[in-house]
Amino acid sequence: MIELSDVTKVYRLGAVEVAALNGVSLSIERGSMLAVMGPSGSGKSTLMNIIGCLDVPTSGAYSLEGQEVAPLSGNGLAEIRNTKIGFVFQTYNLLPRLTALGNVELPLMYGRGRNRRKRALEALERVGLGDRTRHRPAELSGGQQQRVGIARALVKDPAILLADEPTGNLDSRSSAEIMAILTGLNRDEGRTVVVVTHEAEVAAQASRVVAMRDGKIVSDGPSAGSAGYWPGAGDRGAQ
Amino acid sequence: MSPFTIVSTALSSLGTNKLRTGLALLGIVIGVAAVISVMSVGRGAQRSITADLEALGTNLLFVRPGNLGARYSFAEGASVTTVMEFSGPTRGSMETLTLEDAYALWDPLFAPHVVAVAPEIETWGRIVAGRENTSTQIIGVTPEYETMRNYATASGQFITREQVATAAEAVVLGSTVSKVLFGNRDPVGQSVRIEGRRFYVTGVLQSRGGTILGSLDSQVMVPITTAYYQLSPNRTTSGDIAVSSINVQIDDSGAAEESIQDLATVLRLRHRITGEDDFTITSQEETIRALNDATRTFTLFLGSIAGISLLVGGIGIMNIMMVSVTERTREIGVRKAMGAKWRDILFQFVTEATLLSIGGGIAGVLLGVGVSRLLDGSIDQSLPTVVSADIVLMALAVAASIGLFFGIYPAARAATLHPIEALRYE
Repeated sequence: MIELSDVTKVYRLGAVEVAALNGVSLSIERGSMLAVMGPSGSGKSTLMNIIGCLDVPTSGAYSLEGQEVAPLSGNGLAEIRNTKIGFVFQTYNLLPRLTALGNVELPLMYGRGRNRRKRALEALERVGLGDRTRHRPAELSGGQQQRVGIARALVKDPAILLADEPTGNLDSRSSAEIMAILTGLNRDEGRTVVVVTHEAEVAAQASRVVAMRDGKIVSDGPSAGSAGYWPGAGDRGAQ
Repeated sequence: MSPFTIVSTALSSLGTNKLRTGLALLGIVIGVAAVISVMSVGRGAQRSITADLEALGTNLLFVRPGNLGARYSFAEGASVTTVMEFSGPTRGSMETLTLEDAYALWDPLFAPHVVAVAPEIETWGRIVAGRENTSTQIIGVTPEYETMRNYATASGQFITREQVATAAEAVVLGSTVSKVLFGNRDPVGQSVRIEGRRFYVTGVLQSRGGTILGSLDSQVMVPITTAYYQLSPNRTTSGDIAVSSINVQIDDSGAAEESIQDLATVLRLRHRITGEDDFTITSQEETIRALNDATRTFTLFLGSIAGISLLVGGIGIMNIMMVSVTERTREIGVRKAMGAKWRDILFQFVTEATLLSIGGGIAGVLLGVGVSRLLDGSIDQSLPTVVSADIVLMALAVAASIGLFFGIYPAARAATLHPIEALRYE
């Protein structure tokens, strides 16, 4: 359960203050799949960073699974990122000198991770890359790299997956594969998935779409494309 | 993060850019090698000084004319001047010590530890044999000098009591002098001219090799009386025979301080001294200590100059680490997004810097030890190099702490990067 109430985020650019988020209230049910849409500069990335505990709100309250985030220190936030959140990035953000396996092991290094190799292999197998574990990112296609990225996000078994434009750098076939994996993780495993996108096709796969503009939520409702497909997805994931 | 993970992560990062890693190492390698080779030369000098001085004889006190302590502060232990006075060719320019003083020191009542006394008169002169000639140090001695100062004859015999009593024109040649004048022939029984006067060679000394104080083989020895009457007729103001210095052997090295006081008492009585002494007494230990202090100071001075290159190497590591942090900003962002804490990032970069400097330190030790081996005896036969474990460990420890010190700032910069800014970094 993600609960934001009246969150603002103000950046200071020299003497000018820019409100990237301006009084955003949003609650995301556990096990739901949400798409955040909006033009660039609308504040959707900032929202994502705050949900992902990469940044803290200037004002307002944010609680994640009942835990208030505001009083947490940098290390406390790191702990949450490590245990509760999996990130999927537009540019994959894999470390070029590590193999696929090494990249997936990365989150396990920062925590009480046992059987690192085994868990990383399992995660790679779940995204269909069991045969590419020794490859470096440069030896993989964009879609494969993004699947490594998803495996890395999954390896700590987080409740929440945050994907920032996960298909932004991919062709349509790879995009479809990636979205299939993400929707599967939501539908079959009950993980909360939040996808930031400006592609309507991607947003259509979510059960709920939030549209943002100028740091505010301008619309919030069920997705046109998905409403009928997975009714009650949120309920099922609440177990 | 487990220590093993930290180290293996750091090693894999360092392995990514081998050329750069190698260049960063180089500064430390050179610094450590320089420190080790300089220190090993210094240690070698120290060791050979001690060995050479101990070879002069044991349990010795030296009485010299003039008050060196009044001219140079002796109490502070800065006795380099004593050392130079000791080893220099013109020993004691003042004439205050007499032959009678020397025998007065052999006094079981006032100076019970004294077992032997050997006065000497030193001068320089030209010695000629046939067509060959050389300029040498000439020492007028008594028979006691031989055993006190660890001399032995290779052929013939040392100066005898009869020769001293009769001021005989007898000379004992150092092995180098003998070689210069007579080649490989045995000169005993041959005649030579010293400062124009005819002397007969009665003995040749065994070679003692070069020492840090100069060669003991290019001296010649004559009876002390002959030295006075024929070569160096110096008198004190009261008209007595002046000697250059008096060697005193005592029975126990632990009694050196006590004996110095005893000898001073005798000499003060004889010289009717109420104020400042007109003589200086030093012990062999004191001389060794003074020379060792001087060498140590000099070694430390050179070592610190070499240490500066270690510092420069450290700055090189810092430079490389700064570049590395900037280049890997995105990596740091990713690691932070994956849950790396502040200290995880800090440890990672500090470990890299420390591994760099330890690696450089180990390579530097190998290089330094190699250079020391090459230098061993090659600058001067009498100058060995001594590589000791404490120097090696110290150099390694300094290298490691330099890595730690210069790694902390770049690592702290990495650790305090904001995750979002780091992730956005292009």
